[in-house]
Amino acid sequence: MADPMKIRATMVGDKVEVKVLMAHEMETGQRKDSKGAVIPAWFIQNVTATANGKTVLSAEWGPAVAKNPFLSFRFSGAKAGDKVVISWTDNHGDKRTDEATIA
Amino acid sequence: MKAVHGIAAAVAAGIALAAGLAPAEEKSPALQEIEKYRAALAEGNPGELWEARGEAIWKEKRGPRNVSLEACDLGLGPGVVKGAYTVLPRYFADTDKVEDLESRLVTCMVALQGFTPEQAKKDPFANPGQKVPMDALVAYIASESQGMPMHVSLAHPKERQAYEMGKEIFFYRGASHDFGCVTCHGASGKRIRLQDLPNLTDPADARRAYTTWPAYRVSQGEVRSMQWRLNDCFRQQRFPELEFVSPASIALSMYLAKSAEGGVMNAPALKR
Repeated sequence: MADPMKIRATMVGDKVEVKVLMAHEMETGQRKDSKGAVIPAWFIQNVTATANGKTVLSAEWGPAVAKNPFLSFRFSGAKAGDKVVISWTDNHGDKRTDEATIA
Repeated sequence: MKAVHGIAAAVAAGIALAAGLAPAEEKSPALQEIEKYRAALAEGNPGELWEARGEAIWKEKRGPRNVSLEACDLGLGPGVVKGAYTVLPRYFADTDKVEDLESRLVTCMVALQGFTPEQAKKDPFANPGQKVPMDALVAYIASESQGMPMHVSLAHPKERQAYEMGKEIFFYRGASHDFGCVTCHGASGKRIRLQDLPNLTDPADARRAYTTWPAYRVSQGEVRSMQWRLNDCFRQQRFPELEFVSPASIALSMYLAKSAEGGVMNAPALKR
């Protein structure tokens, strides 16, 4: 079970600014362990953000994204008090969904 | 989808730029670039993920007795986490010892949760691919003292003794390189490669340094505690390994914490 995300969503003018921290190893599949064996790739593949039932962001990620990724984006069409829901799925099929209220 | 790739690419480019910093021909431009790098990373400190995990572990029923750590007395009374980091290390009557945060957590894991001391002290620091409860707990408890000034007591004779012992260790030079803490941390304006070294005999520097540990180390992808910092300094000095939560490690922490008196806690900080 993956650790929770840290999500902040605030109004900046008429747009919502979302900042997300995700806890993930993001192994590239290029590294070797101390015994010389390749550490298998393990990374977040899909990220989606929804607000009021609409998808506001949909992303395909790869192994080039850093460990414990930080994602920041802005979207319009929501107001303070609405909820932003972020989900990710990694290449092991592990999932995590968290939400935050727009401040 | 495109927009997100743009963001990810922008983030990646920022990191690549930072990683490829020019060697320091001149100190000030290099330092400026490091400041930019820190600023770019500052708003997304992954240390917050450790804080959240640590809070969950603090409240989770664990150990043979299946109880949480919530009744643990960190120095301000049972269960008080807010501000606890600012008064540690301190003397505890129940153990008749001076304890820092990590050793106090070990004490509570043994006394409350029923772990053996060996179990409680096992895996004090995270290894690649292996997360441990200790650094998450430390991150959580330290974060609950953010914005509060350090105020360590030397009223008890054992606290005074620990302080004096820590001071002696700080200034002690030895081992194969005739090295000591003071070699790197006894003068202002020193650095290792691009890393500034705080002068821990200067109160302003000591405050800045102490109040930013524990910290998320970007290069390691982990939150590191003060016990880890001291352990690694001993390794770099080619000293014998500083045993986790040993009296020597706590004494050194005591000296550093007292030197940082009045410094405002800002941990877990973000370090390269």
